[in-house]
Amino acid sequence: MSSTISTTIEDEDLWGGGNQPFKSSYGKLMMWFFIVSDALTFSGFLVAYGFSRFKNIDSWPIADEVFNHFPFLHGVDAPMYYVALMTFVLIFSSVTMVLAVDAGHHMQKDKVTFYMALTIIGGAIFVGSQAWEWKNFINGEYGAVETTGGQIYQFVYKDNPKKRVGLEEIAFEIPDERVQHDSKQGVWFYNEPTLPSFTVDEIITGFNSNPDIVIKTEKIDEKGNKIILSREESLEKINEVKYVVEGANLVRNEYGNRLFADFFFFITGFHGFHVFSGVVINIIIFFNVLVGTYERRGHYEMVEKVGLYWHFVDLVWVFVFTFFYLV
Amino acid sequence: MADNTHKLEIFRGLLKFRSNQSKIWGVLIFLSIVTIIEVVLGIVKPEVLMNIFLGAKIINWIFIILTLVKAYYIAWDFMHLRDETSGLQASVVITLIFLIAYLVFILLVEGNYIFDVMYEGFVSWNF
Repeated sequence: MSSTISTTIEDEDLWGGGNQPFKSSYGKLMMWFFIVSDALTFSGFLVAYGFSRFKNIDSWPIADEVFNHFPFLHGVDAPMYYVALMTFVLIFSSVTMVLAVDAGHHMQKDKVTFYMALTIIGGAIFVGSQAWEWKNFINGEYGAVETTGGQIYQFVYKDNPKKRVGLEEIAFEIPDERVQHDSKQGVWFYNEPTLPSFTVDEIITGFNSNPDIVIKTEKIDEKGNKIILSREESLEKINEVKYVVEGANLVRNEYGNRLFADFFFFITGFHGFHVFSGVVINIIIFFNVLVGTYERRGHYEMVEKVGLYWHFVDLVWVFVFTFFYLV
Repeated sequence: MADNTHKLEIFRGLLKFRSNQSKIWGVLIFLSIVTIIEVVLGIVKPEVLMNIFLGAKIINWIFIILTLVKAYYIAWDFMHLRDETSGLQASVVITLIFLIAYLVFILLVEGNYIFDVMYEGFVSWNF
């Protein structure tokens, strides 16, 4: 910080770069410029998410029902625990980063190295967790069906509406000729998107023959729970089904509103990309510390600047966590 | 750099730390407590907090306020805004608060309006 850079300004330095607005160095101020503009980018994303959510306030997916996985606890309903863990990992790596900056102020090279290494590990764990989260989101778990109007219907047990039913439990297998079309198989040199595991007919037949299963709609009642249809209504609605949806992509997803998956991919993806670049930048700085670049330069301001960026990424996650998983 | 260039008080001087390191750990503990409160509320979802207040559930207001509290401590203590000049603090915070509040207001009102239009029955999605 300022102590290592001369703060006395000679008159001839005033226009020669010696002047420090806000008593902060050029590099740090530029990092603040970047952070403010990047914060606006993220708020653009999050506010757009809020817009879509307000627009579909009576049918938006409930985060607790979507993000309920935890490693090694397959099939256990564990909402929020994993993202909470990710939040702690990121906050902790933020702390090791401040400790690195602090050690830099005291010119303690070994401590800076140690804390930078911890920060990099924390960031890597976070990015890995996010990849795992994406994997679960993309693969889906139970599967759902979609109607002509774009409504997603999920299946639950009539007696126990909390328990979802997977498509493979419902489907009544009908032998048919439909095979995946590859570019090598026909005159036309293009292939088609991956076929779902079950056809619409198989699901409808299976659903009709299984009286224990009812449809869970996208719509939300006054208490904030998804509306579950009676068996009679379900039998009527099942005939409107046009697609089988498994997992999520940018077009449709088994969780509900199409925009939900789009925002999930864009917001957490954009944030994950920031964490990833943060890790890469931290690694570069880590090696610079290791070879003594900043020791020779006489100050560790560079560590402080990447520190600012790293805390900013943490700050953004605090908001993403609230608006995507909690609210 | 000596420690005395850091401001070592948080909670308006209620808590004063001896060194910058202990302040960092103190802030970590505080942020962890806030996060734990958020997670517990998110899992338990107390029935009392489910009532609507000013257009949103009370629990959501609590989440938003706790988030802003966390944001304050991350910016002030981890990003060292506490040690910067008031000019820099204001340039960062006022700019963001003004622009984001404006964006939030415009888009949420618009989203709400579009919901009303569709809800009044001009469009049917249930087919």
